[in-house]
Amino acid sequence: MSETAEAVQVKKSEPLFSAKNKKLVTNPLDIDNPITVQVLGICSALAVTTQLKPALIMAISLTVVTACSNVAISAMRNSIPSRIRIIVQLAVVSLWVSLVNVLLKAYVYDVSKQLSVFVGLIITNCIVMGRLEAYAMGNKPWPSFLDGLGNGFGYGIILMAIAFFRELLGGGSLFGFKVFEAMGIHYQGNGLMLLPAGACILLGIIIWVQRSINGYRESH
Amino acid sequence: MENLISIGVRSIFIDNMIFAYFLGMCSFLAVSKKVSTAFGLGIAVVFVLGITVPINWIIQNYVLTAGALTWISEDFASVDIGFLQFIVFIAVIAAMVQLTEMVVEKVSPSLYGTLGIFLPLIAVNCAILGGALFMVGRDYTLPEATVYGVGSGIGWMLAIVALAGVREKMKYSNVPGPLKGLGITFILVGLMSLGFLSFLGFSI
Repeated sequence: MSETAEAVQVKKSEPLFSAKNKKLVTNPLDIDNPITVQVLGICSALAVTTQLKPALIMAISLTVVTACSNVAISAMRNSIPSRIRIIVQLAVVSLWVSLVNVLLKAYVYDVSKQLSVFVGLIITNCIVMGRLEAYAMGNKPWPSFLDGLGNGFGYGIILMAIAFFRELLGGGSLFGFKVFEAMGIHYQGNGLMLLPAGACILLGIIIWVQRSINGYRESH
Repeated sequence: MENLISIGVRSIFIDNMIFAYFLGMCSFLAVSKKVSTAFGLGIAVVFVLGITVPINWIIQNYVLTAGALTWISEDFASVDIGFLQFIVFIAVIAAMVQLTEMVVEKVSPSLYGTLGIFLPLIAVNCAILGGALFMVGRDYTLPEATVYGVGSGIGWMLAIVALAGVREKMKYSNVPGPLKGLGITFILVGLMSLGFLSFLGFSI
């Protein structure tokens, strides 16, 4: 789709960017990750990750919405009265989400059915609102766009990691491809991984591993 | 009547907003450090869900669905403005939260003081918008939608108060460094969610 093409293009031209702009995209991938460090956007990260395909579509949708709303709000930031900024932000975000929702319904109908309410819930996804409040309201459109992309990718990485383990351990497949059967091994799917509980425990363990590596600690 | 009780019990225990759908997780994790604040936020969520779900039901059925505008004039029979659903729902929620805030401030200043910052934050709690979208997806009638809204609010409150209780005790336990805070909380939520699974056997 056009969204992915756009993302790839930006990645390729990265070396041309200033170090500061590059950081905007790379920081959220690890030390400033929206899910595991900023604790934003947890709801959808757990709910759509039973399989890789919906998780990927969700990650792309969120990246597009975050980047586009960041640009829109950043462009309008000087003319938004601060008292009603939440409503303005919600209106802009829901416009983009409605667009994405219509696109998904048109091109990947089965996945859109599977994601059900969670596409609509991107509106109240704290990553989008959080980036608008914390970044786009105070910065120019281009850095805001990169910031949105970076946070979308950071969200996507965690989403794909959870979905990878849940689909592999829960159903023995990846993107619907039966991995264990292809290797000639009989695999009995682990039902716990498909349950909401499995997702929570898995995310807890991913956070544990990530923090052991990058040394981030919470006070208690 | 039995149907209503069944929907109420289902929405509190079996289809729990947190443990079955992970809705409202952000504030669930952020505000569950103390039982008293968790309780305050829980009450506010019950209140807002109980109001917004029926209102959104009315708007959905008398304005948004295809041909719903016929009560104004027969000419509108072919009008379908369903694509405005997200924008209208979120506007209703934001407006209701604002209204609730003003009413609570006038009627009970003490409750307003307790809820403080949490009231406005409810507008972006995904449990509220999720409740409205689930209500549309499941074709409830108006009384069913009301019971569903209040019930899922109570379920959410139950979950956050329970988690806050456990987290208060956890301060005294020796958790490995990298697992502290968010990590152990997720594992905890997972285990609580397993516990709530036992309600699945209920049939009413």
